[in-house]
Amino acid sequence: MRGRDFALLSAPRQRSGMSLPSDEIQFERALPSALDAYHDFVESILNELAARGWGQGDLFAVHMALEESISNAIRHGNKQDSNKRVTVECRLSGERFWARICDEGPGFRLKDVPDCCSPECLELPGGRGLALISAYMTRVEYNDCGNCVTLEKRLADAPHQAATADD
Amino acid sequence: MPTPRRLETNESAAITVVRFKDQKIIDPETIQELGQELFDLIEKEDRQKIVLNFARVEFLSSAALGKLITFQKKAQRAGAEIILTDIAPEIYPVFTITNLDKLFKIKDREADALAVL
Repeated sequence: MRGRDFALLSAPRQRSGMSLPSDEIQFERALPSALDAYHDFVESILNELAARGWGQGDLFAVHMALEESISNAIRHGNKQDSNKRVTVECRLSGERFWARICDEGPGFRLKDVPDCCSPECLELPGGRGLALISAYMTRVEYNDCGNCVTLEKRLADAPHQAATADD
Repeated sequence: MPTPRRLETNESAAITVVRFKDQKIIDPETIQELGQELFDLIEKEDRQKIVLNFARVEFLSSAALGKLITFQKKAQRAGAEIILTDIAPEIYPVFTITNLDKLFKIKDREADALAVL
């Protein structure tokens, strides 16, 4: 397994008197706006989840959501501007993957993005990332201006299904 | 003709079988090179019947899907036929979620594609 290439903020922890899974870690990382500079970071997250017992199918789902979210933030949000960063905040446990990905762009509105899965748009070469993110995550939310996306995947057999208070 | 870096190709009975060398088709350089090698099959080598065998592929991004769509369009314009095969069970939903299973012709196995081309 690869070593961690991110700063661990805390693990495990107690929040507002609520007991969290003992194997939960949280961390934050600022990534450069380059499409070839985040794959090792994503790999590190997948390794952490694998070490917590996540199976191949669920790891694929997290991989897809992170790949599409971070590449969208770099490509469409920050326009690959080297002066801008993409911030990724993560919380990982054996039951839950949670991430917030923010760029420094003006954001976007979901309703302005063409539905590339519709029959008349199938041949458009771009725009499938959002559909893949939604399909593979339990919950996807954008902030008001659209430059931050929150991803969550809870394992189907995880004992804690309710969202935590500060999400 | 330069040696392909991303694809292995074999030709038999006028059918070109293409296998991807990469397990993960994610980074921009890989996708760019892979796309160009695919386009060359149509535009420079005039291949008319092509099987894309995904057996080695474990992950591909939406950017890779975009390149495959462009390839499909180029093939259509050139009158060439493409069939995708051997897509791993983890990856197949990527095509169904995006409805691309309706755009591409997909068969379970390479032999199934060879039988109909």
